[in-house]
Formats: sequence, C-alpha cells, structure tokens
Amino acid sequence: MSVFLLLVVIAVLSVAGYVLCRQRALKSVDGNIRRLHSLPGYYGWFGFILASVPALLALALWLIIQPIVIERQLSGFFPAEMVEDPSARTLLFADVRRVAAGLDAAVAQGAMTEDEAEQVRTDAGSVRDRLAAVGVALGAEVTPEVLAAAQEYREMARVGVIGRAILTLILSVAGLVFAIRATGPDFRARNRVEQVVLALLILSSTIAILTTVGIVLSMLTESLRFFTMYPAADFFFNLTWSPNFRGNSELGLIPLLWGTLYISLISMLVSVPIGLFAAIYLAEYASNRVRSVVKPLIEVIAGIPTVVFGLFALVTVGPFLRDYFAQPFGFGNSGSSVMTAGIVIGILNIPFISSLADDIINAVPQSMRDGSLGLGATKSETIKKVVLPAALPGIMGAVLMAASRAIGETMIVTMGAGAAARLDLNPFEAMTTITVKIVSQLTGDTEFNSPETLVAFALGMSLFVITLGLNILALWIVRKYREQYE
Amino acid sequence: MNDMTHKGLGLATQTAKISASGVQVHYGTNHALKDVDVTILDRTVTAFIGPSGCGKSTFLRCLNRMNDTVASCRVSGQILLEGEDIYDRRVDPVQLRAKVGMVFQKPNPFPKSIYDNVAYGPKIHGMTRNKAELDAIVEASLRKAALWGEVKDRLDATGTGLSGGQQQRLCIARAIATSPEVLLMDEPCSALDPIATAQVEELIDELRHQFSVVIVTHSMQQAARVSQKTAFFHLGNLVEFGETGDIFTNPKDPRTEAYITGRIG
Ligand SMILES: Nc1ncnc2c1ncn2[C@@H]1O[C@H](COP(=O)(O)OP(=O)(O)OP(=O)(O)O)[C@@H](O)[C@H]1O
Ligand SMILES: [Mg+2]
Repeated sequence: MSVFLLLVVIAVLSVAGYVLCRQRALKSVDGNIRRLHSLPGYYGWFGFILASVPALLALALWLIIQPIVIERQLSGFFPAEMVEDPSARTLLFADVRRVAAGLDAAVAQGAMTEDEAEQVRTDAGSVRDRLAAVGVALGAEVTPEVLAAAQEYREMARVGVIGRAILTLILSVAGLVFAIRATGPDFRARNRVEQVVLALLILSSTIAILTTVGIVLSMLTESLRFFTMYPAADFFFNLTWSPNFRGNSELGLIPLLWGTLYISLISMLVSVPIGLFAAIYLAEYASNRVRSVVKPLIEVIAGIPTVVFGLFALVTVGPFLRDYFAQPFGFGNSGSSVMTAGIVIGILNIPFISSLADDIINAVPQSMRDGSLGLGATKSETIKKVVLPAALPGIMGAVLMAASRAIGETMIVTMGAGAAARLDLNPFEAMTTITVKIVSQLTGDTEFNSPETLVAFALGMSLFVITLGLNILALWIVRKYREQYE
Repeated sequence: MNDMTHKGLGLATQTAKISASGVQVHYGTNHALKDVDVTILDRTVTAFIGPSGCGKSTFLRCLNRMNDTVASCRVSGQILLEGEDIYDRRVDPVQLRAKVGMVFQKPNPFPKSIYDNVAYGPKIHGMTRNKAELDAIVEASLRKAALWGEVKDRLDATGTGLSGGQQQRLCIARAIATSPEVLLMDEPCSALDPIATAQVEELIDELRHQFSVVIVTHSMQQAARVSQKTAFFHLGNLVEFGETGDIFTNPKDPRTEAYITGRIG
C-alpha cells in the first residue's frame, strides 16, 4: 500500500469516526442534545481525532525510522572500512537505493521478472547495461556488494510497506472503536477535544523552538571544528581578512564586522528618519484618500526582490555617488562603496519601518490625542509629546528589526559595496560584510574540511549572535514598555 | 477670599460666557443633537442631565471644538464665546481649547509620570518660568483635585498605573493646571467614592469663583448640589433649561418631570 493510499484510508476512517460518534452520541440521549455533556459536534471530532492522529503519528515515525534501520542492517554487506567514513557511507547507500529503484523500474516495465530481479548476479552480464535499457543511468558498474545490498533493500522495503500498512490501519480502527465505545451522554468530549487542540498548539511552538535550536547546534558544531583548525583569538582579533586556499590564510573577523556595521549604520541613517516621518505623515496628517494611495505605493518597495535593488545600486547609485561626490571631493574613485550599499539598503528598509511604525502609531488610542488636544496642545505638540512617546517602544522594536535586516542583507552589498574586505573610515571605499564572505567562502567548494570553508560557519555564528542580540533587545524593549498605555 | 466670593456671586447671573443657538450635530446620518440653545453664564456651574445617549457629551465637545477630531461629525448653528463665534475660520481651535478646558468621560491619563501629566498643559503654554513655579502649579492642582495626599510620594510613577478613580482625579488636576476660563467636565465623579466625590464637588464650587464650569452628571443629587443652572437633554433635544431649583422643584415639561422622578432614563 502506498503512503498516499494509506492516507486516503485513514481519512475515510476518520470521517467515519466523526459521523458514527456524532450519531451514537445523539442516539444515546434520543436526540435531546441538552442531556449531552458536550455539543454533538465535539463527539464527532473526538472520533475523528482518535481515528486519525495516532495512526498518522505512527506512520510518520515509521517513515523516519525505517531508512535508519535498513541502513544499519545493510552495513553488514560491506567491509567495515567502506562504511566508516560518514560521507563515503552516504554515497554508498545512495548507490544502493538507486540500484534498488532501478530494479523496481525494470520489473515494472517488464524488462525483468520479479524472480530475476531477486536472483540476478553481476557475473551474468552487466547489470548497469540492463538497467540503462529501462532508463536508469548509473555512474559506475554495479559491484556485487551493492547489488546484493540493493536486493536485500528491496526485500526489507517490501516487508516495511506491509508492516507500516498493518500498524497504521490497526491503530486507526482501534482508535475509531475506542472513540465509539467511549461516546455517551456523560463522556466529556469537549474537554478531550480541547486537550488535543492544546497539544497541537504546544507541538507547533515546540517545532519552532526546536528548529532554532537545531540551526544553532549545527552551526555551533561546524564552528567548533573551525576553531580546532584555526585559533579563535586570531579569528576574533586579527585585523586582516585574506583567505588563501593554499594555506596560510588570515581570517580576521574585524574587517568584515566593521563593513557590516558601517553599512548597516548608513542604511539606518537613511531608513529611520524617512520611514518614521512617512509613518507620521500617513498616520496623523494624511487624509483617507491620500493614505489609501500612498501607503500601498510605499509598500510596493517592499515587494521588489533585493537583487533588483542590487542592480539599482550597481548601475545607478554607485556611479552617481562616484561621479558627483567621491571624485570631485577626492574620496577615491570606486564605483562600489559603503555609501552605495548603505543608501540602497536604507531605501529597502523605508517601507518596512514606515509600515510597522504606521501601525504602531495608529494603535495609540485616540483618547490620548484627545487628552492632549483638549489641553490646548497643537497637533504637532500632541504627536511629539504624547503619541510618539507612547509609540516609542514599538517603534524601537521596528527599528531594531530593520537593523537586523540590514545586517543580514547580502545581495545589495555584493553588488553595491563590492567584495574587498577593508578596514577604512572612508564611506566611498569598497568594503564588504560578513554575509558576502560567507557566500564567497562556500561557493564552488563542497568539502567542508579546511579552515577557509569552515570559517563560513564561524562567520554565520557571529552574525547569528549579533542579530539574535538585536532581536532580544528589541523584544525586551517592547515588552518592558508595552503595558504603559493599556 | 470672602470678598471675591461676593464679587463672583454678584456677577453670576449677568454675563454670558458662552451662548449657543440652533446647534445641530450629525454623526454621518445620525442626527445626534437637534437645535440646541443654551447660555452658559460666567462664574456659574451649569449641569447637563439626561438619559444615556441623549447627546450631553456631544454638546459638551462642541463647546471646545473637540468634535473636530471626529471625521464623521458635522456641527452647524452658532456658538459664541464672549461674543466671538468659535466655529469662525479665524478662530484657532488650539487657543480655544486652552481657554475652554475639558475633563473627558473616560479617564485618559498620558503614559507619563503623574507629575508630567499635570505639568503637560503649563509646559506647552509656557505658564511658568522655572521648575519651582511648575512644582507649585502641579501641587496646587493635585491638591484641588483631592489627589495630592495619595500620590505626593510617587509623582514619578506612571499615571496609567493609578486606579480608575485616581485617574479621573488626575485628569481633573491636569485640566485645571492650565487655568482655563471655562471647564467642561464630563461625568467627573462616575468612578469616585463618596468622599472623593464630595471633594470634587467642593472643587467645582471653588472653581466657580473664577471660571465657568459645565458638568455632565447622571446624579440628580449632584446636579442639585453643585449647579445653579441645569439643562435637561432627551433624545438629542434640549427639553428644558433654567435655574436648577426650578428644574428640580417645578419642572415645566412632563419629560423632565418623568426623568427626575426616575420614570424615564
Ligand atoms: N464618535 C461618534 N461617532 C458616531 N456617533 C457618535 C459618536 N459619539 C456619539 N455618537 C452618537 O451620538 C449620540 C449621543 O451620544 P453622546 O455620547 O453625546 O451621549 P451622552 O448623552 O453623553 O450619553 P452617556 O450619558 O451615555 O455618556 C449617540 O447616539 C451616539 O451613538
Ligand atoms: Mg457621555
């Protein structure tokens, strides 16, 4: 039974559970709903949940565990030294799976009988050629071990399919029967269903947290590997960044950190005032007509992919700044510069800040404004002294979120500020950021075993810590001041 | 002090501070106030009474143009403050509101410290030259609003952290700190205990010597105790307006009589 078919059967059983439990509940009180503990629908949902959730959980577990078990079993087919190295092992089992899939395809197309597929040996002619005939291309000739493992794989997979179908169907039917038997006027179906819903909510939030933990852990292990190959003190305090794939690299974080912070700073200088003023205009002064036109227009900017902004930086802003500012005033003649990237990221963040700040300003109760106006304050005094202070925590949160976006931006920096790591104060010089270097250290290389590639993880970890710190700060500020006008 | 009291009372029945005639208010299509004529005398307490939703707050908000902030609201008719039409183009609503202060029906302290709440008006109007003067105004206002004793040790605490009744008195203190000529109070005692209510009523009586006070109230006793003039509103109409004593002892309109004896409302 395929997984899809199993899902269909479980769905049918669940719907049956809903209908049956609901009917039984109604029948148990002769249609007098008031004598039931819960509304009939709750009994139905209880049946639905019991028929579906345990079976689906078992199915999911089975699907996760089966490959692991099979892989462990098949390791016996190979000499120990072949399966020791994790990456070699992964490749080997990918081969096994491909051959097994090839045998399946051959049987399905009638090029082999089932018996043949189970019995075929490498000494009876090339398996590779026979599989190629049915459209399964293999990179190298199939070794006897791989073929035997593939045949065993097919066998175990077949058993697995049957086992999983039996297990899930039994669970589904058992759940259904249990739910029907539990149904009765005194059964607290509503409470049970609510417990299940609560469990679902908890599960979702756990998944969100676990993914974060998983990301951090994987970055952390790779970073630690990097620090075994390269001294941490050099990484954090060396002032030079010059990776060299033949060895002797200098992998200092500081120039990249400097570039990141410098570009972010300039972008914030652009986006915060403009975004905030736009928000104040929209929230407090604009008429409804103007607002309904201007707000979507500003938000259009948010929908433009950042690579388009990068192009804008590359062909428009960069040359403009070079020709009209950098060259005339003697700041150098670089087309890509901190200024270019900073300004363009700033533009990118304007709608982000203005739209968040607009919502926050609108959330300040009208009674605050009335109180101030009623004391004879002008509109702008009211905004400056009452509305903005009340909205400040939220606005700070928006600003810090924009800052983490600026710090994490890659595309615009690559195209606007260049890729040269440099420690310089001149904003018209090309510099680069952590994110750009992460990308450039990883492109074209998939072997993560030299400090030059692993440094990407240490960089990523540093970036993560910076943005996490900013976000925590934002959350903390928002939380600390939130209650104030409630 | 006594002297002033006499002077104040002497003027009480003569000069009109605000005179409204033919005031109509629409909220969109809802005709909330129909052809209202009221004269608010100088140094007099005027009470607005009437069942919920009859337009008392609406009329009060017309008197300092707070209705300007409600987009759907249209006001017509004439309202004169010392002979000058407040809805005239040349009148700056900001200056008008500095003269005609307001205590709102729902307490709305700013999310600032208690001190800053009260100091807000004096600061924006530049009423003081130094911190000592400002401190004096803040203290005097809080004392008048019967709140000083409760908050004198925590003037830096936020105003929104006070209880509902304390917030109401804070808003009263905030409004009188700017020394308006007319003070509009929309149910200023709705959340107060009897003692604080008595203190606020005392304050109103005291304010009468310098200002005109308009108070909206649901308590007949309060209207009878503090006001000299009473206006009774019903379904957007001004039903009866006259001396408080007359309204309560000898109402002319049957609706007024029904309301004050508790049969409608
Ligand atoms: N901001 C507004 N927008 C639309 N309609 C409003 C608004 N404020 C008041 N109204 C309407 O105007 C009418 C009068 O309301 P108002 O607040 O003046 O009553 P009130 O006499 O103060 O009542 P209460 O004693 O309950 O405070 C009501 O019908 C109300 O629905
Ligand atoms: Mg009201």
